[in-house]
Amino acid sequence: MSGVLRLDAVTKEYPRTGVAVRDVSFAVDKGEFVFLTGPSGSGKSTLLKLLSFAERPSQGDVKVSGFSSATLRDREIPQLRRRLGIVFQDFRLLTDRTVEANVAFALEVTGAAAGTIGTKVGRLLTQVGLASKATAMPHELSGGEQQRVAIARALANDPFLLLADEPTGNLDERATRGIVQLLREINALGTAVIMATHDLSLIMRSGYRYLELERGTLLYDGTDARRLTRHQ
Amino acid sequence: MRLAMREALLAFRRAPLLSALGITTIAFSLFAFGLFGLVTINIRDALRAVEDRVELRAFLVDGTTEDALATAMGDIGAFPEVREVGYVSSDSALVRSREELAEFSDVFDASVLPASIEVRLREGQRDPVTVQAVADRIATYPFIDDVRFGLEWVTKLYAVRTAAVYTGIGLGIVFALVAVIIIGSTIRMAVLARAREIEIMRLVGATNGFVRLPFLIEGTLKGMLGGVLAVGMAYLAHTAVSRMLFETVFFTPAQVGIGIAAGAALGFLGSLLSVGRHLRAVWRDA
Repeated sequence: MSGVLRLDAVTKEYPRTGVAVRDVSFAVDKGEFVFLTGPSGSGKSTLLKLLSFAERPSQGDVKVSGFSSATLRDREIPQLRRRLGIVFQDFRLLTDRTVEANVAFALEVTGAAAGTIGTKVGRLLTQVGLASKATAMPHELSGGEQQRVAIARALANDPFLLLADEPTGNLDERATRGIVQLLREINALGTAVIMATHDLSLIMRSGYRYLELERGTLLYDGTDARRLTRHQ
Repeated sequence: MRLAMREALLAFRRAPLLSALGITTIAFSLFAFGLFGLVTINIRDALRAVEDRVELRAFLVDGTTEDALATAMGDIGAFPEVREVGYVSSDSALVRSREELAEFSDVFDASVLPASIEVRLREGQRDPVTVQAVADRIATYPFIDDVRFGLEWVTKLYAVRTAAVYTGIGLGIVFALVAVIIIGSTIRMAVLARAREIEIMRLVGATNGFVRLPFLIEGTLKGMLGGVLAVGMAYLAHTAVSRMLFETVFFTPAQVGIGIAAGAALGFLGSLLSVGRHLRAVWRDA
């Protein structure tokens, strides 16, 4: 299988708070689903920032779909972002626009042809199970539904990689299961998914590969769920 | 471009109060600058009217021939500093004096007042040094008895004019700076109110130029509207003063145009600087 991303001996150090990620190396293949776990402050979010080029490594090299942190120029970053989907714990929807306008926004600002936007938004909302809520405002939706809107938006530009930073952190058990199921479906269609989570039971049930971080260092990279029972 | 325009107008519709507040703030800061500008141009006009009266008078020796006089007047009229030259005969000097000093009319006698040449200078050539130089040159004609121009008066007038110009420039800079600071912070507030949109635009891969455009349009429009409002307020102030106190002049259409364009330019610049900061940091921590 071909890799979609690779980190080589990546260290990220902040001037004020010190080292957030230390000497981390791993690769993710096309269409893979990988969990990222570890306690708060272990460097999960920093890793996702590095992968989306919101941050540059202090040392080492981050390669995402042919873009390398060593050579990528700032004005090329939007090109990469259009091929990534990014989802957050707090949804980050535009609260003063309808669900469909939120999804359409991602297409509009990346210059999609106006005639194609309506159809595409309809298809995306159907994919995340919210076709009937297209004209609702975000505050009229449950947390799980808002996260689905955020996912639909993230999928708008057909990403090859979806980065999810604690996407179920604000959701109850049932909504969490729905979101994870949705992410698995997206993954089954060929999009690689990297999902940061505190929820160890999610990882154990899935049997997927996971990366465990502690104080910025990669502690474990594999699929052995039994290790996690010891943490619980 | 169409989308950027839509987003810019949407900002007005979504936050009408904030937009109105922004435009009003811009209008008032430009209005303050405009009032100052009005005062300046009115003082300048008044000074110009006074300056217009700066003149040299060269008294002629009795018995000066008409030929000599005509040649001299032609020469003096050709001086680069000189706007016009006139001849005042002994008789007309008497008539004028009787008119201007009616109470002494019976004192004047035709033989008292000599004929003279009146010389008016061009604008910008009325400073004491130039006036003195012209007087000296005129005095070299053998048939000129004396040249008078009120050195003390010209010197004082010139000092007042110079002070007015420098005070004008100094205050103008201060007022303009205040306007820039106020407009800058007003627009920064509008940008802050939409920080989330900027963040999401960046997240989904909008280019910097694309993110900036709606804000630049919004800022420029606000600056322009503020400028129009400021011109309106300045016009009201001008009308009120003209009606109740004394006649004043208003800006020329070109100056009005420049004022509104300056508002637009300030709005544009303010937005450019404010959005720039947001483009650097994107991924806020949850």
